[in-house]
Amino acid sequence: MSHPVAPVRHVLIEGNKSYHQISEDLCVPTERAPSREWILAFSVASAFTALYVFAVVWTIWKGIGEWGANRTINWAWDITNFVWWIGIGHAGTLISAILLLFRQRWRTGVNRAAEAMTIFAVICAGQFPLIHMGRLWLAFFIFPFPNTRGPLWVNFNSPLLWDVFAISTYFSVSVLFWYTGLVPDLATVRDRAVGFRKKMYEIFSFGWTGSAKHWQRWESLSLILAGLSTPLVLSVHTIVSFDFATSVIPGWHTTIFPPYFVAGAIFSGFAMVQTLMVITRKVLKLEEYITINHIDSMNKVIVLTGTIVGVAYLTELFIAWYSGYIYEQFAFYNRVFGVYWWAYFGMMFCNVVSPQLFWSRRIRRSIWWTFFLSIVVNIGMWFERFVIIATTLARDYLPSAWSYYTPTWVEISIFSGTIGLFFFLFMIFTRLAPVVAIAEVKAILKVAGDQYIGPKARKDVHHHAEQVAEKQEEKN
Amino acid sequence: MSAESKKVLYGLYTDEEQLKSAVKTARQGHLDIMDVYSPFPVHGLDPILGLSESRLHILGFIYGAIGALFGFLFMSWALAKDWPILFGGKPYWPVPSFIPITFEMTVLFSAWGMTITFYTICGMWPGVKAKILDNRISDDKFCIAFDVTEAEQRTISGFKDFFKRTGAAEVHEKTI
Repeated sequence: MSHPVAPVRHVLIEGNKSYHQISEDLCVPTERAPSREWILAFSVASAFTALYVFAVVWTIWKGIGEWGANRTINWAWDITNFVWWIGIGHAGTLISAILLLFRQRWRTGVNRAAEAMTIFAVICAGQFPLIHMGRLWLAFFIFPFPNTRGPLWVNFNSPLLWDVFAISTYFSVSVLFWYTGLVPDLATVRDRAVGFRKKMYEIFSFGWTGSAKHWQRWESLSLILAGLSTPLVLSVHTIVSFDFATSVIPGWHTTIFPPYFVAGAIFSGFAMVQTLMVITRKVLKLEEYITINHIDSMNKVIVLTGTIVGVAYLTELFIAWYSGYIYEQFAFYNRVFGVYWWAYFGMMFCNVVSPQLFWSRRIRRSIWWTFFLSIVVNIGMWFERFVIIATTLARDYLPSAWSYYTPTWVEISIFSGTIGLFFFLFMIFTRLAPVVAIAEVKAILKVAGDQYIGPKARKDVHHHAEQVAEKQEEKN
Repeated sequence: MSAESKKVLYGLYTDEEQLKSAVKTARQGHLDIMDVYSPFPVHGLDPILGLSESRLHILGFIYGAIGALFGFLFMSWALAKDWPILFGGKPYWPVPSFIPITFEMTVLFSAWGMTITFYTICGMWPGVKAKILDNRISDDKFCIAFDVTEAEQRTISGFKDFFKRTGAAEVHEKTI
């Protein structure tokens, strides 16, 4: 796989790194004893994970009646959280797969952590459809398996079943992609370790040697998995949107949902990557690998997808009016000015207005603004799913059934608990594996290191591309 | 990979450009390279080394086709033949409804099939002990290795001479 050299290039690795220094910087976070901040943050995350376990057990023990959901608003925080988490997961696949196909070099600084984030976000997401079934012990009924009831098969016409296949495929393929990418880096950690740690990483690294043929196959596999993951990630959120779009509920029954959901997913996912990266690069001292240029690039994606989402919101409103269909018009009037008006305005402000600040280069390159706005966007995207799900159901066809929904402590605990679970898993990951792809960073050093290009470029080291060009001339 | 141990003579280089020109020299001199190891994929090395393109992607296509067929045919059999049920007045064989799951099965089979094949043909599994020549190969050293198990002294000195000429930083011998 050759990398054509793009005309516009940014410094992506700062600090005049050598190959050895890269291994050193990126492996050390897994080798030294955890810092006080890590232990403190990990304790908080563990506490929330415990709260999550408690609230889930409570739900299963007592039943779904413990939630605020009712006959009218039968999907509420559960499905809102599910869609929110799945959306967050999509940024990882986008960075690792789609940006690989587009040859965007800045992905190498953040892809490994973003892929890990995908996996942990899908783990959090997967909980909600399972526990919202109520009788968790019958959850295996969603899979088509030979049974004594006929066998009676599942309904392959149902988007809810498509979701089962989409999410499980997405999770397992993401794990394969992430782990295969990780194997060479685990080998690097293995070769530096001694004693028990070495034994452990010998198992995890599958006996990787770095042979030329293995690298060739590894690159081929990565490229094809990227090619497969790209339509996969688009299909997953398309199918999630089908859960709504194929129903006959005004406000859900719209053809704009698939692209709108996918753009929203990428938007919220990048915001979560920013939240995580801003903290990770600081705590693990990776500022020279996850540079301001990386943050800038991701903020550009956020402003783009935020604007797409904004256009989708306005299109929905326009089409509702233009359709001349009173139920559709009422659904959208209710969405904007109804009982949940505050959620709609929260969504509009957080998702459409706030990311526009990123048109300013100064704000795009400011750590504090990035961190603050990434949280705002995540809140906004949660509101979006709540608006679509709860406000639509609250005012259905039958006015006598109209209702209002507020969450109970159980739902609040489950949701805040999954955030704890997410950070719990991510923090374990930062202790076990390098959070930046070591081999991939080394591979781009000569075209993106600050000693080769940019204002700090040194005279005594040859530019890689120049070297190649010189050799070519010699031949001619 | 054979179970018997091999005696290997290897040289370590510090830069990938050096490695590439050394491999070129070795190929021109018809030296039989056992393997080349590097800390990251060195672009442009494969043609110099004479490695043919990986055929993994062809298998990926085949696995994907199997997945698509399996998914589609299973759903067709289950809903149209084994227990036909009318869902909301739709036909017994609702082909458009099968598209999403057929697609997911294609991706699932292709990804798993290719990954399992990759680890199998590379001889990599959890618990496999890597035959590592030098711990620094996964860090910052680029290595060319020659199998000298049955080599004569003359050949070995030829290899050593080659390493010296091409600027190898270190030359070692190891039994793996």
